[in-house]
Amino acid sequence: MRAGGSASGAGAAVEISGLIKRYGRTTAVDGLTMTCGRGEVTAILGPNGAGKTSTIEICEGYRRLDAGTVRVLGLDPADASLRPRLGVMPQAGGVPPAARAGEWLRVVSRFYAHPLDPGALLDLLGLTEHARTPYRRLSGGQQQRLSLAAAVIGRPELVFLDEPTAGLDPQARHACWDVVTGLRDAGVSVVLTTHHMDEAEKLSDHVVVIDHGRVVAEGSPETLTGAERQLRFRARPGLNLDELLSALPPGSAAKESPAGHYIIEGQVGPQLLATVTAWCATEGVTAEDLSIERRTLEDVFLELTGRELR
Amino acid sequence: MTTLDFSPRPGAAPLPRMVLAQAGAEARAMLRNGEQLLLTMIIPILLLVGFSQAALIDVSGSRIGFVTPGILALAVMSTAFTGQAIATGFERRYGVLKRLGATPLSRTGLLLAKTCAVIAVEIVQVVVIGAVALALGWSPQGDPLWVVLLVLLGTAAFSGLGLLMAGTLRAEATLAGANLVYLLLLGLGGVVFPLTKFPDSVRPVLELLPITALTDGMRSVLENGAGFPTGPVIVLACWTVAGLGLAARTFRWE
Repeated sequence: MRAGGSASGAGAAVEISGLIKRYGRTTAVDGLTMTCGRGEVTAILGPNGAGKTSTIEICEGYRRLDAGTVRVLGLDPADASLRPRLGVMPQAGGVPPAARAGEWLRVVSRFYAHPLDPGALLDLLGLTEHARTPYRRLSGGQQQRLSLAAAVIGRPELVFLDEPTAGLDPQARHACWDVVTGLRDAGVSVVLTTHHMDEAEKLSDHVVVIDHGRVVAEGSPETLTGAERQLRFRARPGLNLDELLSALPPGSAAKESPAGHYIIEGQVGPQLLATVTAWCATEGVTAEDLSIERRTLEDVFLELTGRELR
Repeated sequence: MTTLDFSPRPGAAPLPRMVLAQAGAEARAMLRNGEQLLLTMIIPILLLVGFSQAALIDVSGSRIGFVTPGILALAVMSTAFTGQAIATGFERRYGVLKRLGATPLSRTGLLLAKTCAVIAVEIVQVVVIGAVALALGWSPQGDPLWVVLLVLLGTAAFSGLGLLMAGTLRAEATLAGANLVYLLLLGLGGVVFPLTKFPDSVRPVLELLPITALTDGMRSVLENGAGFPTGPVIVLACWTVAGLGLAARTFRWE
């Protein structure tokens, strides 16, 4: 999908087929099948407990699978020859609390034959002034960035990032996104998990939504959100939408979700817009924040995985 | 905005470079940690000065000649057993061992690095303790080769026990347990209190402790100028095989 891929050999970066992982009686991953392309950014989306981390940790070689097959760069995840070729950013931790950021990154860089310069990487991620700070005194966001730096320092072919931007402030998120974009532009395959829909939409070539350990949808962000557009506006809660629907062309749909936020779906065009605003005028309400937009990935996600909290 | 070249160029560094890097990190961590320094440096030196200067124990020969070999044995135990057990237990707890598992550094490489770090710290300990003892009038006897052999064997035996503890218990339990064992072995192993002070019935048992073997061996060489310390070497070799063997079978990496 993108030019200049590293693709040292054909095949996908990650191929998972019929993966099953159980912990005692709980089935965390339940027959999951998915593919992550070479040189692409694949985002794995899913609610907490959907099986994202289990899946990624099996790919990283940390956990054994109970059934199915997993191939990472064409190899068994336990294959030791994969270690230099993979970059791994765990969800949290992994660094000795007393280790100084810069020293630790330098030590990790010494494990690789052609590492990036630790100083330059610290600089890129805004950690230079914290190079002498012990890991435990870094903020959560700084710890995440250091962990990201360690994941890419060995110039890997494939990088696994488990919730790379969890807990980051906006500046740090953008710095992280720049790294992911830089990796993709350089032909590195990236597999990341995230809760942030905008992140998946912005960064990824391929989105896989998983829930209860299975894939419930996958595709490019565009195909998942669809070509269909919606008219959205805000007004006082409790408008009688049945009246509006009778004025709209057949096949249209209208809903209020959440209260005071209205969404009209159907043939969104000048005619529909005119009908809606005329109806608002007769109701004596002013439609605020009126906009025509595509469904967001968040809409798709909530449709697929439900709204209940877990 | 990205100025770094992320294009893939994967490859593992040569094993010696990886091991040295990790060993350096571990040695620095041990020498910077206040609690570790208390166990590895401050307590041994306080005991050395106290028991050689004050008449707390009655020994036949010179007090410094009796106490120094015991303190050197204590120093080996504090680093190879107590310090290593606590540090490794917390590395396991904080996911450090797991994270290292995702790098090209193999488990063998990691264990080599830990061994190098322990030996590096022990060299610092021997230099500092030896210098203090010499200043207090110590005149060591015997063949340094046997001392090196005893230190290495003691390191292997105590490392096995430390890793056995760190790899099976929770980090807090390891912390408490390793300190308790340190105190018990310090008291019971002839480090500063001669074994002759204990009843005849328990002495044969105490003589089988690794710390007693190491202390006895060091003392026989450094104080009495004896040759190859056969008994202590056999005891330490048994502890090494048992400790490292059990640790290898039971160690949980996360």
